[in-house]
Amino acid sequence: MHSTLADSPLLRVRHLSTHFILPADASPAAGDGKRVARALEDVSFDVYPGQTVGLVGESGCGKTTTLMSVMRLLPATARLSGQVFFKETNLLALDEKSMRGYRWKDIAIVFQGAMNALNPVMKVGEQIREAILLHNLLERDQAEARVAELLEMVGIPKERGGQYPFQYSGGMRQRAMIAMALACSPSLLFADEPTTALDVMVQAQVLELLKNIQKALRLAIVLVTHDLGVVAEMCDMVVVMYGGKVAEYGPVDVIYNAPQHPYTQRLLESFPDLVRPTDMLASIPGTPPRLTELPPGCRFEPRCHARIDKCKTESPPLLEVADGHFAACHLCLGTKARF
Amino acid sequence: MIGGKSRVLCGIRVRQMQESWLLFKRNLSDFWKTFRRNRMGLIGAFLVSTALLLAIFAPLLTTILPKETVRDANGRALTFASPAVHGPLGTDDAGHDVWSQLAFGARISLTVGFLAGFIAMFVGSLLGILAGYFGGWVDNLIMRITDVLLVIPDLPLMLVLVATIRQLDLKISPLTVLILVIGLLYWTSTARLVRSQVLSIKERQFVARARAIGAGHAHIIRKHILPQIMPLIVANTVLILSTAILIESGLAFLGLGDPTQPSWGTMLNFAFDRNAISNGAWWFYLPPGLAIVWVSLGCVLLGNVLEEMLNPRLTGHHLEGEASVIQASSGEAAHAQHLG
Amino acid sequence: MSRRDYLLRKLLFSLVTVFIVVIVNFVLFRILPGDPVRAVIGRNVKISAEVQQSLREQFGLDKPVFPDQFFNTLGQWARGNLGVSWSLRRPVAEILMSKLGNTLLLIGLGQILSIMLGVALGLFAGWKRKTILDVGALTFSLIAWATPTFWLGIILLAAGSSWLGLPTGGIVSPENVGKPLYTVLPDLARHLFLPTLTLTILYLGEYMLIMRSSILEVLSEDYILTAKAKGMSHWQVLWKHALKNAMLPIVTIVAINLGFTVSGAIYIETVFSYDGLGKLFQTALTKQDYPLLQGAFLLLAVSVIVANMLADILYTYLDPRVKAN
Repeated sequence: MHSTLADSPLLRVRHLSTHFILPADASPAAGDGKRVARALEDVSFDVYPGQTVGLVGESGCGKTTTLMSVMRLLPATARLSGQVFFKETNLLALDEKSMRGYRWKDIAIVFQGAMNALNPVMKVGEQIREAILLHNLLERDQAEARVAELLEMVGIPKERGGQYPFQYSGGMRQRAMIAMALACSPSLLFADEPTTALDVMVQAQVLELLKNIQKALRLAIVLVTHDLGVVAEMCDMVVVMYGGKVAEYGPVDVIYNAPQHPYTQRLLESFPDLVRPTDMLASIPGTPPRLTELPPGCRFEPRCHARIDKCKTESPPLLEVADGHFAACHLCLGTKARF
Repeated sequence: MIGGKSRVLCGIRVRQMQESWLLFKRNLSDFWKTFRRNRMGLIGAFLVSTALLLAIFAPLLTTILPKETVRDANGRALTFASPAVHGPLGTDDAGHDVWSQLAFGARISLTVGFLAGFIAMFVGSLLGILAGYFGGWVDNLIMRITDVLLVIPDLPLMLVLVATIRQLDLKISPLTVLILVIGLLYWTSTARLVRSQVLSIKERQFVARARAIGAGHAHIIRKHILPQIMPLIVANTVLILSTAILIESGLAFLGLGDPTQPSWGTMLNFAFDRNAISNGAWWFYLPPGLAIVWVSLGCVLLGNVLEEMLNPRLTGHHLEGEASVIQASSGEAAHAQHLG
Repeated sequence: MSRRDYLLRKLLFSLVTVFIVVIVNFVLFRILPGDPVRAVIGRNVKISAEVQQSLREQFGLDKPVFPDQFFNTLGQWARGNLGVSWSLRRPVAEILMSKLGNTLLLIGLGQILSIMLGVALGLFAGWKRKTILDVGALTFSLIAWATPTFWLGIILLAAGSSWLGLPTGGIVSPENVGKPLYTVLPDLARHLFLPTLTLTILYLGEYMLIMRSSILEVLSEDYILTAKAKGMSHWQVLWKHALKNAMLPIVTIVAINLGFTVSGAIYIETVFSYDGLGKLFQTALTKQDYPLLQGAFLLLAVSVIVANMLADILYTYLDPRVKAN
């Protein structure tokens, strides 16, 4: 699972911020002005070759937006700032045409609930083949063979490549999407909640598949999920996000055993533990902040059980509390992270 | 004891009524504020209301009745006089004032259009509610009827119907025939809309609850379903109105109107048949058509805005441009590259 | 349900609708006051006594209305005998057939042009939502929708004939009447120009609107994002993924429109004195030539129903999901 730290990182996200300019509110309460949703603020993390990084947090905390920002798939209402280095290139500095060259070939993505993520009136095999031919990797006849190979890799009989997505089950569609994502042999795979829409048995199959593929192809994976169990099983590193910012970031076993950020602590508590069942299922009171009306201080402060006065007025910086372990909380002791 | 409880219940009822009135007023003012912002809706409202005003105040806005003949200095009928000679819109081939015909014609066009539209709305809503609420064979039957009506070409059917009815010598005025025929053929879109709304409302909790406490069908429909679908029906009706006005003008143009009560369509029939085109009398064939477009457009804009407010489409799509990147200064970039 | 079952259902529906049309057609003209003979022979019996008598027998006009007249009439209609037009003194079926081609030419040309232009404009309007192009296209469609067909025809006729010297009516100039159309193409083109332009303008708006909303819906689907993530340019995404999906509703709309197109043809042919079925219908109406009116209605209605059914069949071949329903 691990790669040696002697390798340089495959992906370096540095101070990534994404704001959405929303149209003027139609409700009479708001003025005529446009609103800004600060979906991501100052997000930084690394992904090494062959590593699996989990991206966790509540709905709306910015996990999916992070992936979309890196791949630059956001619409014109979004404003990005910061840098995203893939190998040595800053993806955010590229023009659209050059960026297209990186998509799928270097970084591929598997969307959640692959229900509609496949074109319903196009055969599955054809859609996979399209990805291959688009980046001019193979000749047409060779591409056919590659499609069959990919389908086999994810456990789909190659004859079914001639069928339409509606003829596949949910789990099969997800696996087909994975096959398609691997078509150009990317070195980095983004998986956005790949198991959320599936039932438990199929979930396990898909995760098993991802693990095997990763081992075989030395693939780096960024796994977005809200399921801490999946993170524990699959990931080396984890980035815990809250309200668009990184709350905690570090190795999975370190964070799971000794979480530093109050949010991470609560998150882990609220996850049911089958080994040592507690009497009550804890939950975090309150709701996540609205991205258009963010407080000046820590975004978690209203719901935090350990807050102090400073938390209300000052936004905590990301501190390095141990080697490779970062947390953004005033209560933590550490040196300022040098991202 | 009983008296006390009923007094409390009464009190609660009164409070509820006051609250719902306040809620209604607030919703109305919210509605108005939202509506006010939408330019298209305002334009639509303007177009429709000016037409209505013209129709209502026709006698005040004209100097001469449509049937009176304008005569020149020698006492002869002033035919095809241009607006420069006789304002504001000149005269037709028989010397009648065009502006007057237009103003009084508004009454006919709008009345026929509105009445036909309301019949369509009524029939459509009724059938839509029946189909959606009762389901089963009622639904099937009504839906098949709408399918059949949609497939048969509308104008030939209407022409044939009107021609037959007029021959039957039933002493119905031609305009009434038009109103009935249009109303009875254009209810299908309303019926479909109402039906799908009723289907979705039917499944909701409060209907099941009402049924559980033994409420009858009529009661449920009146109290629970009707209030929810009324706004959408109103929006749809406004759109139907524009169609009704267009259809009436078409039928009148083909000669099925009432020549003694000319609508805008009838004016165009006269203009066409009596060679206004070859005589270059644009003041005769241009204004009535413009008037029809004016009102029809107004209704469409109004209806669209109402529908949009009730069923908004707020999200954009995936190919709407690209997200822009705010570039960092070069110093920071170089610094960042050495770290991490 | 399988495609076969679906098509069978559509066929059944079409047959039922045709049957209803037939019944309506029969009933309407039989309830006219006066001699039932009028419905078949016409009021002004200027045809020979033998022909009159033969028609009486064919349509069973001296026998009771139901079942005899009804089934006799149905039988005659099925055989293509639609009676005799009193105003033109020829068999109705023959008159209809002679005008059919002209109308098909006009409608066909107008529809093809408006579909091509409408789809192209709708595609760009939806893609470039909220830009000047979109707003302009929307405004145009809105105004086109609110414009009465015949009035646009009148305006174009007035403008075209006085400014461009285009003919004011007819399908060909008087000296070319009777010649096969393909021999007088330039003349035909001059006469076709304005009516076709009118039809095109009117239907262009509608197709543009449909295509625009269809494209908007398609472009917000997830698979468009997938295509973009694969590295396709906007144009590639549009062409390979969005277009086919977005055009499916167009097929349906064209089918539904067939009925309205026929109505439009009636107006336009009247305004331009274009010698087709529409003008024929209108003439039969004003002259109260019932055999002709009835025959024309039957032909128009049945054609539209059949065309609708064909469009449904076509649709099932275009959308693979229909099989699974």
